[in-house]
Amino acid sequence: MNRWRNGEHLLRVALVYGLGVVAFVLLRMALVPRSFGEFGHYRGNAIAETARQRPVFAGHQACNLCHSDVAALKRTGIHAGVHCEACHGPQAAHASDPGSVRPARLATARLCVRCHAANPARPAAFPQIDPRRHNPGLPCETCHPPHNPLQFLSQHS
Amino acid sequence: MNLTRRQCLLLLLPAAAAGWEALQAGAPERAPNYDKTQHWWGMLLDISKCIGCGNCVRACAAENQVPPGYFRTWVERYRVRDEDMPYPQVDSPDGGMHGFPPIPADGMKEFFVPKMCNHCADSPCTQVCPVGATFITPDGVVLVDKEYCLGCRYCIQACPYGCRFFNPVTHTAEKCTLCYHRITKGLTTACCEACPTGARQLVDLKNPNDPIHAFLRTHNVAVLKPYLATGAKVFYNDLDGSVR
Ligand code: HEC
Ligand code: HEC
Ligand code: HEC
Ligand code: HEC
Repeated sequence: MNRWRNGEHLLRVALVYGLGVVAFVLLRMALVPRSFGEFGHYRGNAIAETARQRPVFAGHQACNLCHSDVAALKRTGIHAGVHCEACHGPQAAHASDPGSVRPARLATARLCVRCHAANPARPAAFPQIDPRRHNPGLPCETCHPPHNPLQFLSQHS
Repeated sequence: MNLTRRQCLLLLLPAAAAGWEALQAGAPERAPNYDKTQHWWGMLLDISKCIGCGNCVRACAAENQVPPGYFRTWVERYRVRDEDMPYPQVDSPDGGMHGFPPIPADGMKEFFVPKMCNHCADSPCTQVCPVGATFITPDGVVLVDKEYCLGCRYCIQACPYGCRFFNPVTHTAEKCTLCYHRITKGLTTACCEACPTGARQLVDLKNPNDPIHAFLRTHNVAVLKPYLATGAKVFYNDLDGSVR
């Protein structure tokens, strides 16, 4: 019956152990982020944080709101499938504040050739020219309006 | 009405609790109408349409502030000799960012192959992360948690496609996010936006009306390294057997 008479030390060990468990739980609560495990073994909030980044490209629908004339012209031509920002570059800043952000002028000598210079690795069906032989010295837009490159040529031929 | 200080404090408690909650949660801005469970994103890369203009590489760098010399997407030029199929010559100057200077034709088969993260459903890269800093989202996009990444580089070694790199500025692993900030807002990715020929197309495999389903049935479509069973979701149309 006196078995537990000297059990005080056991109580103390249990107390220390209990404190350890409490400390572990508290530490874990403090260290593991709130949303960890929401969807899987990762911080669920990381998804929303990634989604918060701001777009730099406005997207082709955005331009058509204000530039319906250009969009209408382009839609009828061979460049219909080429989105505005494929040539004009990222313009989200311009689209949200056209008054203060103005797109840079484009140098067609470099722009058009980037897509249209002949290259044996390009699909053969893609229209290509040799810039040294195809009307050298003349800016492309003298004959090809950028938003509808065959606009005038189709009338002649 | 007469409020004691005690009543006042008690009234403010829920507000304070909500504020604390928001602080703890990092107060992420949630896209209002976007349902993660209704999408399963992938990409279609059409080799027969790629002209190697580099628009996608530049667009990606501009959209995501990719440090110079590193690429989340890049374009390779393959040159294959008839009798040397297994040993193609591959080049990618500046990731193809400024296009490819033509090499005079010498009887080799030539074509461009855009490369990017394959957003694998069973990705090796997410499995090796020791802290759960990289993962696949419920809508099928493999992301890196920049806040949580230790920078141990395991995932960079694990990716069989070489699609990850170590960002020298943030000292964390980095990769294509499939423009997660755009697709959750109803926009397409920056690379698709800039692609002039439709060689890149964002696809949603959970959307029964997405033309990808008909496309996959009617074309010779492949994924890279299918024998690794990574569940890659970047589909290549017209993929040559020499591409690795
Ligand atoms: C909110 C309306 C609005 C939207 C959206 C918009 N723009 Fe504009 N844009 C303007 C206005 C206004 C001007 C004329 C600015 C001026 O003349 O100072 C302009 C001018 C331009 C110019 C010519 C600049 C010059 O030097 O003449 C280009 C190129 C252009 N926009 C491209 C785009 C593209 C590409 C987009 C789509 C991403 C776009 N814009 C979206 C309003 C808009
Ligand atoms: C094939 C490349 C290309 C595409 C695609 C393109 N542009 Fe242009 N755009 C040009 C060039 C080249 C110019 C003339 C040089 C300049 O002003 O920078 C120009 C000029 C403009 C101008 C100013 C002068 C003008 O002609 O009205 C506006 C505005 C403009 N573009 C808007 C758009 C919009 C909006 C779209 C999409 C619907 C678009 N562009 C698509 C190449 C392109
Ligand atoms: C971002 C790439 C890109 C740029 C830059 C670009 N184009 Fe195009 N161009 C295309 C595509 C794509 C087509 C359509 C090809 C097709 O459908 O077969 C095309 C078609 C054409 C065609 C019709 C060729 C034919 O006979 O079918 C002409 C001409 C042309 N572009 C001229 C230009 C000019 C001039 C510029 C510079 C203002 C320019 N392009 C800039 C991508 C581009
Ligand atoms: C003097 C007028 C003129 C100028 C300048 C000009 N082109 Fe042309 N381009 C034409 C004519 C005419 C055709 C159609 C007949 C032909 O195929 O040669 C044409 C055809 C094209 C084609 C289609 C070729 C094919 O095989 O289908 C492309 C692409 C093209 N031009 C791009 C350009 C580019 C890029 C520039 C600027 C570097 C440019 N052009 C400058 C007149 C011009």
